[in-house]
Amino acid sequence: MNPDVLEYTELVREERLPHIWCPGCGNGIVLQAVLRAVAKCGLDPNKVAVVSGIGCSSRAALYVDFDTLHTTHGRAIAFATGLKLAKPELTVLVLTGDGDCAAIGGNHLIHAARRNIDLTVVVFNNSVYGMTSGQHSPTTAPGSTATTAPYGSIEPTFDLCRLAEAAGATYVARSTTYHATQMASLIERAIKNKGFSLVDCISACPTYYGRRNREMFGGSGDAVAMMKWQKDHAVSVSAARQMSPEELKDKFVIGELVNRPAPDFSTLYQDMLEAVGSSR
Amino acid sequence: MPSEVRFLQGNEACAEGAIAAGVRFYAGYPITPSSEIAEEMAAKLPKVGGVFIQMEDEIGSIAACIGASLAGVKAMTATSGPGFSLMQENIGYACMAEVPCVVVNVMRGGPSTGLPTLPAQGDVMQARWGTHGDHPAIAVCPWSVEEMFTLTIRAVNLSERYRTPVVLLSDEVVAHMREKVRIPTPEEIEIWERPRPTCPPEQYRPYEPDPVTDVPPMADFGDGYRYNVTGLVHDETGFATISPAKTSALVERLVRKVEKARCDIVQVDTRHMEKARLAVFAYGCAARAALRAVRDARAMGVPVGLFRPITLWPFPEAEVRALASDVDAIIVAEMNLGQMVMEVERVVAGRCAVVSVAECTGELVKPQHILQSILQGTGSRPVTFVRKAS
Repeated sequence: MNPDVLEYTELVREERLPHIWCPGCGNGIVLQAVLRAVAKCGLDPNKVAVVSGIGCSSRAALYVDFDTLHTTHGRAIAFATGLKLAKPELTVLVLTGDGDCAAIGGNHLIHAARRNIDLTVVVFNNSVYGMTSGQHSPTTAPGSTATTAPYGSIEPTFDLCRLAEAAGATYVARSTTYHATQMASLIERAIKNKGFSLVDCISACPTYYGRRNREMFGGSGDAVAMMKWQKDHAVSVSAARQMSPEELKDKFVIGELVNRPAPDFSTLYQDMLEAVGSSR
Repeated sequence: MPSEVRFLQGNEACAEGAIAAGVRFYAGYPITPSSEIAEEMAAKLPKVGGVFIQMEDEIGSIAACIGASLAGVKAMTATSGPGFSLMQENIGYACMAEVPCVVVNVMRGGPSTGLPTLPAQGDVMQARWGTHGDHPAIAVCPWSVEEMFTLTIRAVNLSERYRTPVVLLSDEVVAHMREKVRIPTPEEIEIWERPRPTCPPEQYRPYEPDPVTDVPPMADFGDGYRYNVTGLVHDETGFATISPAKTSALVERLVRKVEKARCDIVQVDTRHMEKARLAVFAYGCAARAALRAVRDARAMGVPVGLFRPITLWPFPEAEVRALASDVDAIIVAEMNLGQMVMEVERVVAGRCAVVSVAECTGELVKPQHILQSILQGTGSRPVTFVRKAS
C-alpha cells in the first residue's frame, strides 16, 4: 500500500458510521480536516495513533482507521505523552474538546506544551459541554447562556492559543469550521511540526449552544447562523495586524499564530541517552 | 554475571527489580515516602535505553504509563496515599482496557495528607476497591527489602500475563529501611510477557479472549493492528456497546480472568506453624513485628505461628480457610483500624475465633502488643472481633 495515494475517506472506519453527532454539529468538519491533513502528509496509517478524551469531540477517535485510544476525561494528552515517548516513530494526534483540554485537562495541556512533546492537539472548540447536554465550558462567551449558566455566564473565556503559546507550544494555529480548507492546511502544518502543536478549531453546537443563544447568532442559532457568526467574527492574522484593539474587540484571529521550531522532548531525550552512553 | 549481595534501601530494591523485570518506562510525581523510586528510575532508565518522565501529577503519571504500555513497553509508576487516590480513575481504565502496568503504593498514614513520613497500612481496601465499578484486583505486599526486589518483578510479570494493573503495596518501613538483598543473575529471573496476537491484523479481534485464560492477546500500537481501546464497555471488537449481554460478558470476564488464576497469583508465607493452635495473620511491615511476637511466644511455649499473605488481592481464601480449620484462633495484626480482618472474618466464617490487633498510630506495631494478644487470646483496641467456632 502506497500511503501517498490514500484519500482521506480511506482513513475512515466506515463500519462505525453513522456517527453520534447531531445535525449541524461542526465536529464532522473538524474531523474531515484532520483526515485531509493526515492524507496530505502522506503518513502510513499504521504509524499514526489518535488519542482522545471524553466528550462529543473525543468520539472522533472511534471513526478513524488508526490505532485509537479513547481515554478518560481530560487525560488524553497525558496518555499521548506516554505513547509518544515510548514509541517516538508514531505520529500521535490528540482529538479533544474545550471542556476536555481546557478545563479538566488543562494541566496536562500546559505541561505537554512546556515540554514540547511532539503531539498535534486538535481542539474541537464548540464553547459548550455537548455530551452532557449543554453546560458552560471555559470557552463559553461571557453573557451567553448554558444549562449551568442560565442567567448568562459571568466567567471570562480561555484563549487556548495564547495559553498554549505562553506554555511553550512550538506551533499554534486557529481556524473555524467555516474556514474548513484553511483548517486542514493548518493541521497539516501542525502535524509536520516536530514538537507540541495545537490547533484551536472553532466549531458549532447548534443543539446545545446555538439554540440557547439565538441573539448572539443573529436571531437564529442554527448551523448556518453559527457558521455565519464564525465568518463574521474571524479575522486573519494579516488583517488583524492592520486593526486597532477596538476593532478587534469582539473578533478572534485565525491562521498560523506561532511557528517556532525547537527540539522536542524525544530528541532531547535521545541526546541525553547518547550522553550517558546508551541508546534505545 | 554472577548473583551479588547488596545493601539496599527498599525503594532502591524496587527500582532494581523494575529494571530487572524489563520495565523501560516510568512516569511519576514526587511524593514521600516513595520518591526514591522515581529518583532511582531517573538515574537508571536512561542507562538501559528506557524512558523516565516526571509528570505534572499522579493522574498524568498513570495515564502516561498506560500510553507507554500500549506501545508495548513495560511501564511502572510509584506513589503514596494521596497520589494513589488520584490514580484511581485510570487504574480503573487500565482494568477495563486491560493494559498492563504496575503501581507501587508506599503506604503512609492517612486519610488525606496524613503522616507523610510515617508508616501505615490503611490502603489495603483501596487497593482492592479504590476505583469505581466491579473490577479485578491484584496486589502484592512485601515485608522485606529483598521482597521489594522480587515482588516488583512478580508484579510486572503478573500484570503482563493477566493484562491488568498490579499494585505493589509497600509501606514506609519496608520502603525506607536498608537490608541485605541477593540480586539474582538475569538467568535466574523469570520474565513473563503479555500475550500478543499471532494472527494477521485483518483477523485481529482485540478483546477476543483466549478460551483457556480469558486474557485477550494484546497488539502493540504501531504494529499495524489499528484497533480501538476505550474505557467504555466494549465488545470483542474493542468498540463501545450497551448490550446487556455483552456488558455482563465483559465485566464478568475481567473479574474471572484473575479469579481463575488464583493458583498462579496467590502466595502466602507461613512460619512456625508446627502444631500451632494460634496463628498471627500479618502482612508487610506488621508481619515483621508479628514474627518477633511469634518467636517470643514460642519461647514461652505457646503454640503459635505466622501466616503472612504475600498476595493481598485476590485474597488467599483457600489458604485462610485451611488455616481456620487447623487453629483455634487467628490474630489479625495490621496498622489500620481493622481492614483485612473483615476479609479474614468473611472467609473464616466461624470456623475459628478471629481477633483483631488494629493500630493506627503512625508507628510500626510493637511486637509486645501482638504478643499480649497472643497471650491473652483476646483482642486489643479499638475493634475486636471474637467468634468461637461452635
